[in-house]
Formats: sequence, structure tokens, C-alpha cells
Amino acid sequence: MTLASLRQIPPTALLGLVLIVAYALVGILAPLIAPYGEAQIVGDQFLPWGGDYLLGTDNLGRDMLSRLIWGARNTVGVALLTTLLAFLLGSITGLLAAALPGWVDMLLSRLVDVLMAVPSLIFTLLALSALGPGIWNLIMVIAVLDATRVFRLARASAMNIMVMDYVEAARLRGEGTWWIIRHEVLPNITAPLIAEFGLRFCFVFLTISALSFLGLGLPPPMADWGGMVRDNAALITFGDSTPLLPAACIALLTVSVNFVVDWLLHRASGLKE
Amino acid sequence: MSGGPRDHPLRRMILMRLGIGLFTLLVISVLVFLAVSLLPGDIAQQILGQSATTETVAALRRELGLDQPLITRYFAWIGGILTGDFGRSLANGRPVADLLAARLGNTMLLAAYAAVIAVPLAVTLGLLAALWRGSWFDRCVNVISLSAISFPEFFIAYILMFWLSVRLGWFPSMADPGANPSLADLLGKAFLPAVTLVLVVTAHMMRMTRAAVVNVLGAPYIAMARLKGVSRWRIITRHALPNALAPIINVIALNVAWLITGVVIVEVVFVYPGLGQLMVDSVSNRDMPVVQACALIFAAVYVLLNLIADVLAIATNPRLLHPR
Repeated sequence: MTLASLRQIPPTALLGLVLIVAYALVGILAPLIAPYGEAQIVGDQFLPWGGDYLLGTDNLGRDMLSRLIWGARNTVGVALLTTLLAFLLGSITGLLAAALPGWVDMLLSRLVDVLMAVPSLIFTLLALSALGPGIWNLIMVIAVLDATRVFRLARASAMNIMVMDYVEAARLRGEGTWWIIRHEVLPNITAPLIAEFGLRFCFVFLTISALSFLGLGLPPPMADWGGMVRDNAALITFGDSTPLLPAACIALLTVSVNFVVDWLLHRASGLKE
Repeated sequence: MSGGPRDHPLRRMILMRLGIGLFTLLVISVLVFLAVSLLPGDIAQQILGQSATTETVAALRRELGLDQPLITRYFAWIGGILTGDFGRSLANGRPVADLLAARLGNTMLLAAYAAVIAVPLAVTLGLLAALWRGSWFDRCVNVISLSAISFPEFFIAYILMFWLSVRLGWFPSMADPGANPSLADLLGKAFLPAVTLVLVVTAHMMRMTRAAVVNVLGAPYIAMARLKGVSRWRIITRHALPNALAPIINVIALNVAWLITGVVIVEVVFVYPGLGQLMVDSVSNRDMPVVQACALIFAAVYVLLNLIADVLAIATNPRLLHPR
């Protein structure tokens, strides 16, 4: 990307891009930047800001700043992994449904209808209470529930491509379903899927944070932002704003992603409203 | 359409939607029921723990009816629910129906409180943003609503609690209304949770309303009306709004999902004794009968509201009566 095209990006999207890169760096370099370990108890409980511990300590006497930095790695990492899984599952099944109209499409679509007929948090809570806590259960449940939205989008976009003449031509010259999906359909639906990836990531990230906040997310002592809010929430009633910091970290990242996605969607739709 | 009032197309459509809604609920109830069978081991093992002897587990299994085939158990379960018997809580042995009864009203009140403020606010803001597209107002509302969507519910809740309750002391930070509160007392206590929900829901609803109205405003008949010299106000009230009504109603129903999700989290933040908090507590305790009952109620409310929205959308847009 050249400097000139960089200048055309609206300021909100540019800010979003910069912040996303910053989050990624902090997450990757967490072991190098964080002054203390993730679960290391360094001092008394609820120490104020300043001194050795820049942002004080939490309810168990762990360094707040270090946990914020580790949280970038854990929370964002898990959300990213879950989104990737949801995308893999959703787009493969969505493409299959579009390519194989008939009972495959019927079955998958009805299944998705049922899963989408209930707010996903309710299904997530139900599934987690049955499967029990645990990081992999969490990832699988959210990935499956989120794959439903990807399925809908992938199926609808692929359907539009499947009726094109060039797909018909490929079929007539004897190409297989899988070849058509890979060479004709996939390249044509990448743009909407990429924008959707950003939105899905935000949604998954917020869901995982919410579950962690409810005490059903990443298991302790892993540092994650939703859980940190929960652990230290008591401070709020004493007029201490420290518990708002991890929540602000969550909010800032989702705002950034949303700004970038908003700009991508705008550019893709070609609208200048 | 010919025919008397007996086969009125609207009535037929409503009956059909009702059928679909009931069927959806049936499928959901099966899913909710099957969730128990995902448990490693079964519920009897779960109650007694790993150290229980085979005999005691078998005895409890018989007592709970777990030795019956799955399908018999499903009908016994759903039959009980339809007659108001949700089984007993695993955690404290109390009937689930008693636990629900005390909290369902609280949650409904909170959700209705939020909806009454959020719906008119969101529709007005969305309409104005669509009308003044590209203006500073539109841009401001866009950035603010995009941010509000991106914030986790508990962040908004704690910011409000921090400023309005702890710093300024205007509202109580804990929303437990206690036993037999007066309505004014209840509304005062539930104000902060309701405002949190309003902020979250309004942002979503307003953006979708704006998109729906922008869509209608782009239609050729609006351009035609404008070229004819019809006044701006008349275009909106007579041409745009009637056609935007169906999508707006759908938007409102869609956002009930955010209301339900939001209720669960907001109730936990403000320690509001509602269904959401009960569900979260029960999930941590793995108290399956209570979780199932809560999930079923939330699902039923959601399906019902979507059904109402569907019917209203069809009633306001006769074209939908004859799907192509």
C-alpha cells in the first residue's frame, strides 16, 4: 500500500488499523513486555496505582498491568481461534449447501434455522452447563453457534455465483463440485467473507468476554479481560475505576475492528453516502 | 382475493406463522431436553458424585425415571412443563416453577422498561439519520452507535454505575428491589439496568432502522414524488414511512435478541433478581433442570416476539401475503 492510498483511508479506519496492529504486537510480545508473570502474586491485594505496580494489583495481589498485557494474548488469541474455526465450519458447509442443492442443503439450512431461532447466548449457556466448563468446550460451542451466520452468508453469496454462466460452462466441461467451489465460487465470494470475518470476530470476542465476565469463560488463573472485570468489580463501589480498564481494552479493540470493517464495507459497496 | 372472511388471506397467513412458530418451539424443546444427555455419565451420577456406589446411582436413576426410554422421558418432561411442573432444582431441591415465578416478573419488567424507552428513541434517531444522510448529525450518530455496539454490555453498565451511582450518587448501584416494592421504588431501582439496556439496544436498532429507511428512500417512486414537487414532509409520511414500516418492525423484533442477551449480563452486574441471573448461577452449579427451564422460557419469548413481528409486518405490507 502506498502513502497516497493510505491517505485516502478515513481517519476512523486509520485509527482502527493502528490500534489493531498495536494489540497484535502486545499480544505476541506479551512475555517480553509484561513486567510480571500472568498468575504471579506480587504483593498485597488491591494496591493503588503507582510505585512498583503501575496500575496497582488485583483481588489476589497480582500485577494489574501484567495481567492486562497477558490478557491481550489470551482473550484475543482464543477469540481469533474461535472465529477461524467458525469460518472454516461455516464456509465449508455453506459452500456445500450451495453446490449440492437437494437434501444436503435442506438438512443444513433447517439445522441452522433451529440454531438461529434462539439468541446464541442462551444456547451457549445451555451447552456449557451440559458440557461443563473448559476452554475447548467454550471454543467449540461458540464456533458452532457462530458458524451458523457464516453459513448463511457463504450459502447466499455462493448461490448467486452458482447460477452464473461460467459455472454452467465449467460443469459442462466436466469439472467436479469441489473444483468449481475452489476455482469459480471461492474467489468471487472472498470480499464479503472478509468483511464478515471482522464482524464475526467482534461478536465472538464480545461473547467470550461476556462469558468470562459471567464466570463461565477462560478458566482461572488465565488472565482474560472479562474475568478481570468480574474479579475486581467490587472496587467500583469504592469509586476506583481500575476494573474499567480491562473492559476498556475490550471496547477499544472492537471499536477499532468495527471502524475498519465499516470502511471496508463502504468501499466494497462503492457508495459515497 | 375472493372468498368470505373465513379464508381471509391474512388469517390464513397468521395461522401458518403460528404453526411454524409452534413447530420451532417443539424442535427447540427437543434440543433443550437433549442437552442433558450431553452430560458425561448422567444426571444421577452428577448428583451423587464419582464416589457413589453403583446401587445408589441405579436407585436414584429409577427415582428420577432415568431408566425409561428417552422418548418416554421427553413426553413426561414436556407434559410436566405444559402443566407448570418444571421439575426440581438439583442445587436445593425446590420446585423450579417456584424459583422461576419469583423472577420472571422482574425480568419482564426490566425488559419492558428498556423497550418502552428504546424503541421510540431508536426509530426516531434512525429516521432522522436517514433523512439527514451525510450531515454532521448522521456522522455523529453513526460513530456513537458504532461505539456503543462495540462496547461489551458490562462496560457500559459499569461506566454508568461508576459515574451516576458511585460518583454522583443519583441512583442505587444495586438493583435488588427487596420484597413487595412499590412501582415507583421498582422503577427507580431498575433505572440504571434499564438505561444500560436502552443504550445497547438503541444502537443496534437505530442503525438497522436507518438502513431500512435509506433503502426505501432510494426507491424510484420516492424520486418520482420528489420530482413532482411533493413536499419533504409528505414524502416521508405518505410515501416512505408506510413502506419502511415492515422492515422497521422486523428490526425491532431482531433486536429483542440483544435485549435478552443484555438482560442476562445486566442483571448480573446490578445484582437484579431476574431470570438471567438465575440462569447464570444455575449454569455455574450445573443445575440442569433450572437451566433448561430458563433456556426454554427465553427461547419461547424470543420465538413469540418474532412471530408477532412477522404478523405485524405482513399486516402493514399486503404484498407479503403472496410470497413468490
